[in-house]
Amino acid sequence: MIKGNFIDNLPKVYGIYTGGFLAFIIIMAIAEQMGMSAKAIGICFVAFTVAIYAIIGYLSRTAQADAYYVAGRQVPTVFNGMATAADWMSGASFVAMAGGIYFKGYGYMALLVGWTGGYVLVASLLAPYLRKFGCYTVPDFIGTRYGGNLARLLAVIVLTVASFTYVTAQINATGTIASVALDIPFQYAVYVGLVSILLCSMLGGMRGVTWTQVAQYIVLIIAYLLPVFWISNKIGAGFFPHFMLADEVSRIAELEAQFGFVKNSAENLKEVPKGLAGITKAHSAVNATPWAFISLALAMMMGTASLPHVMMRYFTTPSVKAARKSVGWSLFFIFLLYSSAPMLATLSKLALIDPSLPTGIIGKSVSEVQAIDWYQNWNQANLMFISDFNGNGTVELNEFFMGGKAVVLATPEIAGLPYVISGLVAAGGMAAAMSTADGLILAIANALSHDLYYKIIDPKAETAKRLVVARVLLVVIGFAGATIAAMEIQGILGSVIWAFDFAMSGLFFPLVLGVWWKRANREGAIAGMALGLISGAGYLIWVRNGGSGFLGITQLTFGIFGSAVSLVSMVVVSLITAEPNAATQKMVDEVRVPSGKSILGKQH
Amino acid sequence: MSKQAQHWEKTRGLLMVTLAIWFVFSIGIFLFGAEMNEVTGPFGYPLTYWFTCQGSLGIFVILIFWFANRQEKIDEEFGFSERGDD
Repeated sequence: MIKGNFIDNLPKVYGIYTGGFLAFIIIMAIAEQMGMSAKAIGICFVAFTVAIYAIIGYLSRTAQADAYYVAGRQVPTVFNGMATAADWMSGASFVAMAGGIYFKGYGYMALLVGWTGGYVLVASLLAPYLRKFGCYTVPDFIGTRYGGNLARLLAVIVLTVASFTYVTAQINATGTIASVALDIPFQYAVYVGLVSILLCSMLGGMRGVTWTQVAQYIVLIIAYLLPVFWISNKIGAGFFPHFMLADEVSRIAELEAQFGFVKNSAENLKEVPKGLAGITKAHSAVNATPWAFISLALAMMMGTASLPHVMMRYFTTPSVKAARKSVGWSLFFIFLLYSSAPMLATLSKLALIDPSLPTGIIGKSVSEVQAIDWYQNWNQANLMFISDFNGNGTVELNEFFMGGKAVVLATPEIAGLPYVISGLVAAGGMAAAMSTADGLILAIANALSHDLYYKIIDPKAETAKRLVVARVLLVVIGFAGATIAAMEIQGILGSVIWAFDFAMSGLFFPLVLGVWWKRANREGAIAGMALGLISGAGYLIWVRNGGSGFLGITQLTFGIFGSAVSLVSMVVVSLITAEPNAATQKMVDEVRVPSGKSILGKQH
Repeated sequence: MSKQAQHWEKTRGLLMVTLAIWFVFSIGIFLFGAEMNEVTGPFGYPLTYWFTCQGSLGIFVILIFWFANRQEKIDEEFGFSERGDD
């Protein structure tokens, strides 16, 4: 099925797959009516979808370098868009984003703008040119454009630091979902998640990851949109929530004014379980300073353009033209989910706080709320908590606490949707976390196997040996990531944002100037990568250890400082050293022309 | 000026226009977030809120497709476009 004219049959293959998945959801819904237990439904959803991905991964196995590294460069634009969207939207986007919007409002929505606006930079500054270059990995571009092993090695280091920060969060997320859905302890669930991830990527490399990511996108987008539309209809907010929630948004503002944001004393807050938060910020009002918003958005945009696991997806398109279009499709598919997250946050908040809705809990008596089934479930799962601080017997806005994940995970149950939807959401979250983890692990393993092993250590290695090394590294990195994830050091979102800052600190300007500034040379690029990464990391460590920071740059936006240092040092060092030789300048000229042969050969 | 230099000049011009539009909707408007939010935007949402939920995001999608088409036109004009595939 995968061989021969598989590419021509793509719409048919994935059409059948989507139909099959919808049929599976209906079968599960019927099974629920017939008395199948919630636990069994959860296991079926996760096991069935993961099994499908594993089959796709097996069918995509390959022994060729260009299939393993860049999926044979024949992925059509729309499908590459779907794969990139799955690659991009992590467990954090899926599970935590609506929760972040729910609790932090405007200040958090800078991430929505940043994580989409970055694609404009990808499309206009980088993707088409790197595609023309014909590289297998991002360090491959740096190493060839600037020349020399040191530049290549530094790019590998920046890539590894950024991607590894990111991947532990994703493996953590797969572990969380697997542990809930399969009802096993987290320490083991992490490795179940890891094995699922490796099944997709090990045999087929980029080819396997591409076709599983398309399948994962279909699952995750259905799992996100179906509940949003269903909830909106169920609580009578409108059949197309994106265009119809204005009344709900203003109703929330009205209720916020009525209840007021009462500040809890530190003593009262000690009772609240760790990780839970109350509603303390206005839903739709502007609650952050312009610079706080813009600096976070800017850091995420530049980080987007520097993250190698996204960039390498555009190496798989058939042409430069296709690479550009494919960025547009990627963002379109991302837009479908990102524009729905604020709607879900709105619906979830209104359902919980509006006393005139049957689901509203604010103003009800404490004992009444404690008797609700879903409250008991999610309280047990440590994602919901109420306490009568002022002792008046009713739940006030400041006496209700919830975990960020609960917005996505619990809202279907609160709104009274059948359990089958919760199983679907678990499968979607698993798909989102797995697809991102796959992209990241592959990015690191490919950089180490291609750039470090093949280009620096053993340039004479045969294809078969290279691919064995690549696969061994894939497993090693996966296990390292899972081991760190099992230690649970950082929350899901914290480490995701750091990855963007690390990537932009070290890679943004060396990549962009490599195409757009002919005068940029090796010494400049080395200074830019090394000083950018060091100063960014230094700033993070300083702020984490109580440093006050400057210019309003926080531990979430340290990349702005890192990349500024990177830019200045790269320009200064380039200008005081000799200009690149004629061959390099000619190479840059060729990169700028879309037609003709790529700089690096098909097999290199 | 050589054909290639002309092509690059046009490409750079397109980049500047694209980045200018990008700047307005990712950074520029949020300098006035508080003031703009007083205005009612599309579908009745507060305007700044709408931009962060849908507006800016949708404009980025359209901007990329517009950019890709313009760049293709430039490539064709100078005979640098690739044959076939899409």
